[in-house]
Amino acid sequence: MSILSLSPLDLAIASILILILALLSHLERLGIARTILWSAVRMAIQLMAIGVVLKALFEDLHPAWMIVMASIMLGVSGREVSKRQKQRFQKGWSYGIGTGSMFFSSFIVTAVAIFIVIQPDPWYTPQYLIPLLGMMLGNTMTAVSLGMDRLIQDVARDRMTVEARLLAGESWQQAITPYAQDAVRTGLIPTINSMAAAGLVSLPGMMTGQILGGNPPMLAVGYQILVMFMIAAGAGFGTIFSVKMASRRLFDERHRLRLDRLHKP
Amino acid sequence: MSASFNGNGQGSFWVDGVSIAHVGPVSFAVDGGECIGVEGRSGSGKSLLLRALADLDPNTGEVVLDGESRSGMEAPLWRTRVGLLPAESRWWFETVEEHLQSCSALSDWLQRLGFEEDVVKWRVDRLSTGEKQRLSLARLLSRKPQALLLDEPTANLDATSSGWVESLISDYRTAFTVPVIWVGHDPQQLRRVASRVLTVEEGGLTGDCFGSTPTLQETTSGAPES
Repeated sequence: MSILSLSPLDLAIASILILILALLSHLERLGIARTILWSAVRMAIQLMAIGVVLKALFEDLHPAWMIVMASIMLGVSGREVSKRQKQRFQKGWSYGIGTGSMFFSSFIVTAVAIFIVIQPDPWYTPQYLIPLLGMMLGNTMTAVSLGMDRLIQDVARDRMTVEARLLAGESWQQAITPYAQDAVRTGLIPTINSMAAAGLVSLPGMMTGQILGGNPPMLAVGYQILVMFMIAAGAGFGTIFSVKMASRRLFDERHRLRLDRLHKP
Repeated sequence: MSASFNGNGQGSFWVDGVSIAHVGPVSFAVDGGECIGVEGRSGSGKSLLLRALADLDPNTGEVVLDGESRSGMEAPLWRTRVGLLPAESRWWFETVEEHLQSCSALSDWLQRLGFEEDVVKWRVDRLSTGEKQRLSLARLLSRKPQALLLDEPTANLDATSSGWVESLISDYRTAFTVPVIWVGHDPQQLRRVASRVLTVEEGGLTGDCFGSTPTLQETTSGAPES
């Protein structure tokens, strides 16, 4: 099967759809026309930049570059997790918890996929490492930020109830448990939904990309299943870890709820 | 500070140099079985002081109950000993029963607060504000606290219900020799239920802070320091 390459003109034609959407938003006074255009431009620039970087990485195969690239991806995703919180911890704790959880989950799961399942030679082959890590971080980032945001919002709103439980002699672990459980569930809902809908309602992006790129469908399906397993595990580990860390940070050693550790909303 | 103290004041409650936010340092004592009132204008820090005594907010100073210091005790255990009744009650399970600890006197207390015995089966979401207020007292007493910190315990109640609450607290206090700190806005009520009334003003506490209770220093003199 031959791959049909896309010219800049093809992409320009596709961008007309975004222009129409922005125009429609403007006419409907939704107040998001500018955001749509800016997001589209930003997305195109970011993807072109990563394309250039990947091209360079493919040509100069060295593990140090992979580590630099992975570190940058981790740092940026940690910042995104922190930015997505309505109420953040002070002193960079949201960034620390978000980045730590994603490192813990995404890197371990990607390492399992690379060293045990796929086993490319060498292990730092960018064709495998970068896309897999990118997909892991992207999905884990969503799960971690949803989970942490839900936890902090719920506890801040229910402060008096949490304190009533503490006054009843509960430890901070007992008082936070229902909130932590809800937060983990919230973080994992998108992942669970995407697994349930895969192949029936939607064709996952990676699989679609591979098929459009000319790969045989069954090969694309195999990789997609692997990626789905990885994403579910990574998002789950990351959310559980981050919710546990954030829960701990919400209380001090005397089991006192410390909402003063959050920035004012 | 030593975790145990010699001397008088069985069941006594000592507050030694406690500071929180704009309140303190304050020191006072309540004898076992005694009730003191605490008054002050809105925002003066009365509730904040009770929260500090229950160790719900970061604060400095020491609190000692019946010879055992707060700093020498795990916070959850301290909070079951020092029962704080907040001005607004909060509930987290579906039914009243799930919030109560089994206790032989419970049905009697519920009756004295104006409830039938089946109230324990009620869902929390069908309770009125006043019912929640009265039941929160029963919930607190069911954990057998050794001191009571009451933040406007009758604020949402009519005169009859207030009478029930006052009477039950008085009986619990004398039956178990429990020190009670009663924060309120009604001077008449405070003078009715308390033997002394302290006032929180300008970050300090005025009034007869020690009554007949010996100060902590007097009580601990000669006690081994840890």
